[in-house]
Amino acid sequence: MRRRHELRAALGFLLPNLIGFGVFTAGPVLFSLAISISNWHLHRTVAFQWIALRNFVELLHDRDFWLYSINTAYLMLGIPVAIAGSLFLAIVLSQRLRGIVVYRTLFYLPTFTSGVALMLLWKALYNPEFGALNAAINWWLDSLHLNELVQALGGGGVSAPTWLLSTKNMLGLDVEQIRIIPGQWGLGARDALIIMGIWIAIGGNNMLLYLAGVSNIPPELVEAAQLDGAGRWAIFRNVTWPQLAPTTFFIVVMSFIGGLQGGFEQARVMTLGGPAGTTTTISYYIYTKAFEEFQIGYAAALSWVLFSAIFVITMINWRLGHKELHY
Amino acid sequence: MRRAHPGTEEKRPGDFSAWWYRRGRFTASHVLLVLMAVTMLVPFMWMVLASFKSLQEVEQLNPIPSVWRFENYLNVFEQVSFARYYFNSIFIAAWVTFLQCLTSAMAAYAFARLQWRGRDTVFRLYLATLMIPGVVLMIPNYTLMVKLHLLDSYLGLIVPASFSAFGTFLLRQFMLTIPSALDEAAAIDGASPWQIFWDVIMPLSRAGLVTLGIFTFLGNYGSFFWPLILIKSEHLRTLPIGMLYFDTVYGRQTNLIMAASVMNIIPLVILFVAAQKHIVRGVQLGAVKG
Repeated sequence: MRRRHELRAALGFLLPNLIGFGVFTAGPVLFSLAISISNWHLHRTVAFQWIALRNFVELLHDRDFWLYSINTAYLMLGIPVAIAGSLFLAIVLSQRLRGIVVYRTLFYLPTFTSGVALMLLWKALYNPEFGALNAAINWWLDSLHLNELVQALGGGGVSAPTWLLSTKNMLGLDVEQIRIIPGQWGLGARDALIIMGIWIAIGGNNMLLYLAGVSNIPPELVEAAQLDGAGRWAIFRNVTWPQLAPTTFFIVVMSFIGGLQGGFEQARVMTLGGPAGTTTTISYYIYTKAFEEFQIGYAAALSWVLFSAIFVITMINWRLGHKELHY
Repeated sequence: MRRAHPGTEEKRPGDFSAWWYRRGRFTASHVLLVLMAVTMLVPFMWMVLASFKSLQEVEQLNPIPSVWRFENYLNVFEQVSFARYYFNSIFIAAWVTFLQCLTSAMAAYAFARLQWRGRDTVFRLYLATLMIPGVVLMIPNYTLMVKLHLLDSYLGLIVPASFSAFGTFLLRQFMLTIPSALDEAAAIDGASPWQIFWDVIMPLSRAGLVTLGIFTFLGNYGSFFWPLILIKSEHLRTLPIGMLYFDTVYGRQTNLIMAASVMNIIPLVILFVAAQKHIVRGVQLGAVKG
């Protein structure tokens, strides 16, 4: 009697959310699948047709797609650095030090204010001619006489990177083809975005999660290890790190999901995907295809490929993570 | 409240070298933290100082402006309708926050406090939708807005953002912790489910609602992708979109861009200082689903 009554009440309470969910999530997901097998052009410059899987075939032959996938992966190289930094900061912060709230506030500030304003700030800092960063680098190069030193050793000149204007990168990836050439080795736009990303993320949500994780470690475990004469590194390796494994697992999974669909805002605000497409990620590519070239069908197909990649990689993470968690 | 990190309490009481070791480590940690804090702060300080400089001075290394040009800030308001952007961002974020808290709390109540068959299956389905990347939904939702004639309108910005599986999840976790004796007692007194929801559960979920409200407000205040594709008219631009076009048109005036950025960030800094406790807890709570 009561149960039937509650089902009716539950439906009433769920109704607003269910309608919203149906109209803006469930419906669109199915609709997006349908769009992805069409050649839909938003301004109808081509006649609408169902083209089955032709978008996906075209995508496999789309060199830009592969180049931008590599860009996306490259920008994710900052993730492990940021995670390690967050862990390190959390461990240092979790010691009973004065002013922890002040430090936490300062470290969290970039995460909290991140968005267009911070990106415009970094764009100004990275400006090779007028930016503060290169002004500082050049000042150091001059005052240390580094240029003369390198020339005396028989090298070429040392100059500050041109950051957002440069296609160079730490791996030496070429611009037009998928290969590595020595001339491309250096610091460029992608590295600038990675550095900014680490600066934003290092004291952010991941650090807060690690702080909570560290404070949940039973002190008996640490005391027992200390009685056995374990040093600080041994305690970290054998107590802290395994105890934090679930936290690390969660952070890694979420970072992969975020990284794979990331890079849109940076590209739109700071670089417009350039120079020469080197900061175009998959999500920015989808945006340009859909809302600048109006190829809605192709863009929807791209978004499903991205979704599949996220799904597969998350599943792999689960498999690996669970093995890791039970050792 | 927070326990010390393992390894901080050395078990060598009375030993002078141990004291010295601890003291050294204490200092080392502080030096490290101060260095980190400075690295975090320097870009912000540069931004604030640059916003008061003349254009020529922005490009020079001297940190302090020789003349403090407060008129830079007035210039921003003269060149673009910055006040309008402020209003739009706050107006939209406030509506979305209100609606999302309401719809999420109602759904969370059904999932956490009412008994019905299939409840947990439906809830798991709900959670699974969190995996769908936003970019998959953007394209069909945009075409939907075209069909509904909601392009370039407040409604188009507010309504699609007013429903959240994450908010439902967050509030459900909160409501699960409220003792069930409370609604049973209210039911015996003849209260309807809506009365129980509104008079018993909602007041007790206040901490959860505040947390969700802050994150929703933040997310929508800084929202970029959706307004970017939806808004065409100048008077509907939100802060992020207004800043983007301001940079496109006046990008060489770094001092003005920085003044606009400072104004964009100030409400966030105030919000963070005021609600730090809720924010930290919210981040840590949101991860429990892992």
